[in-house]
Amino acid sequence: MNELAIQVKGLTKRFGNFTAVDNISFEVRRGEIFGFLGPNGAGKTTTIRILLGLLQPTAGEARVLGYDVLREAKAACQHVGYMSQLFTLYMDLSAEENVRFYGQAYGLTKKCVQERKAQVLAMAGLTGRERELTSHLSGGWRQRLALGCAIVHEPELLFLDEPTAGVDPVSRREFWQLIYEMSAQGKTIFVTTHYMDEAERCQRLAIISGGRLVAMGSPDELRTKEMRGHVLEITCARPEVALRLLNRERGRLAIEEVALYGAQIHVVAPDQAIQSDVVALLAQEGIEVQTVNWIIPSLEDVFIASIKEERVLI
Amino acid sequence: MATEEYIIQAQDLRKAFYSRQQRRQIQAVKGINLAIRPGETFGLIGPDGAGKTTMMRLLAGLMQPTSGRATVCGYDTTRDAFRIKERVGYMAQQFSLYGDLTVAENLRFFGSVYGVAAATQEKRVPQLLSFAGLERFQARRAAQLSGGMKKKLALACLLIHEPEVALLDEPTLGVDPVSRREFWNLLSALRIERGLTILVCTPYMDEAERCHRVGLILDGELLACDTPANIKAMVSQELIQLCPSHLKKAKEMLQNMEGVLELQTYGNLLHVFLDDADRRQPELERALQAAGIAIEGLRRVQPRMEEAFVSLIGRQRQGR
Repeated sequence: MNELAIQVKGLTKRFGNFTAVDNISFEVRRGEIFGFLGPNGAGKTTTIRILLGLLQPTAGEARVLGYDVLREAKAACQHVGYMSQLFTLYMDLSAEENVRFYGQAYGLTKKCVQERKAQVLAMAGLTGRERELTSHLSGGWRQRLALGCAIVHEPELLFLDEPTAGVDPVSRREFWQLIYEMSAQGKTIFVTTHYMDEAERCQRLAIISGGRLVAMGSPDELRTKEMRGHVLEITCARPEVALRLLNRERGRLAIEEVALYGAQIHVVAPDQAIQSDVVALLAQEGIEVQTVNWIIPSLEDVFIASIKEERVLI
Repeated sequence: MATEEYIIQAQDLRKAFYSRQQRRQIQAVKGINLAIRPGETFGLIGPDGAGKTTMMRLLAGLMQPTSGRATVCGYDTTRDAFRIKERVGYMAQQFSLYGDLTVAENLRFFGSVYGVAAATQEKRVPQLLSFAGLERFQARRAAQLSGGMKKKLALACLLIHEPEVALLDEPTLGVDPVSRREFWNLLSALRIERGLTILVCTPYMDEAERCHRVGLILDGELLACDTPANIKAMVSQELIQLCPSHLKKAKEMLQNMEGVLELQTYGNLLHVFLDDADRRQPELERALQAAGIAIEGLRRVQPRMEEAFVSLIGRQRQGR
């Protein structure tokens, strides 16, 4: 059996003059949880669609579970699950009817659907609520039901396109427990997300921006190797005022990026010598500084830094 | 009006709906009290279906409460709903920009809806375009904007009549981190420069941390209402982080250890919630080492808003 769940080489997709995916290459190992990050419009969904065999690439090649997506998409299909951004469930069907529908669509036998239905609903925590209309389920339940439908045919590889958008933190946590259980059973997970704390849960990440792959590695590698510049974390009074002040003085202080993280400020700079200038500036404006530390960058710091160059071009 | 002590007030606010499918009344909001000061940024957080959107609609005067009372800018939401609309900008979850109108046309359209005089619109439209960073795109159709730009345009549209209060229902849903950051920087500018009062619902806990105060809603009730720092301080569990050499084995062991309340996996890292970290941490280290599992990067972690949310909701649900 092929050790790689996904192999992508020089993949390119153009729509007219627009290059949505620009010569990207990467590999995903079997059993891996692989995160695919990037700003809106970076080419994430296009890449997934190519890998699912729904779109033809302009150039390059891609293999999914060893099948060529151009020539053998149908064969790959039976072993691949897909949960899209707008979990496509039928609102006027009950929970179990949705599972049955997807089971039949994937070509499972009646007996097999019956068996899997119970398993899938139990996994989603919907046992006892099988007959409820999907439109009555709240976001978190719908999401778990959509996941259930995507795995009813026991796929080897699962594509999740922003599966947790708009879902509350409790439901997101329960969702990730399910993902880890699947990964423990040897399934491969390919997931896109805008939540950086979810990106931390992946074993390996790729960051795509403007159709190009700009960084790849484990969350730790990205934090320690990919980040250009150092990150200074400041806790101070009136952080919003401090943020504006630092932004205004960016050029003079040789600061690359200033941003708020919750109630703290992160300053990115190529040189740690800026610390005293930053502290002096805040003191001068009467902003009381509680703590100042050079920290290991957060994934959000890395994300912003790695897509920054691309954004200037847009 | 803005000189009053509270710009938004709710007293024992309740809303019940009749659900045809379930054939019974559903209590969406169950006696909520709220008092928000002018210039405050107040975040509403809570699980899906907790009653956040209903709360927003009640305060925007779009829905009548079953009982109780709310005032916004001094006006009663039931009797003076019209006055409230003049003073409030409301951004619903599915904010309906007109996709086939250009950016500038959308602004002018909302200006006309809110009764802003043409001469005033001429002045404000360029200001808002520059504020939202959309000058270059003013002739572009709204449908052709990126997700982040749409949100910024929606924000600009609700500011055209210079409201005193903005009600924002999950305004950054589905938007990437960079655009989210830009959107919140716009909100900062509004509150610092214009003293705008902002009530915002959000599923993002880092956004909740940027609010002055946060209200946590569960099943139509206000569970907690305080500054982010005080809400984080309500978490009784303590959190440590470690990187074990054998993740699966370590998880199995820790799951059954006394004092371990919860485990969360982050790639090759484990977050372990403990009842008493000072006491449990040495026990845990010894147990893992005895099982031949090496530990790296062991450290105490301050709970974030995310942990506070999960812990407070969990505690409440268990108590029922």
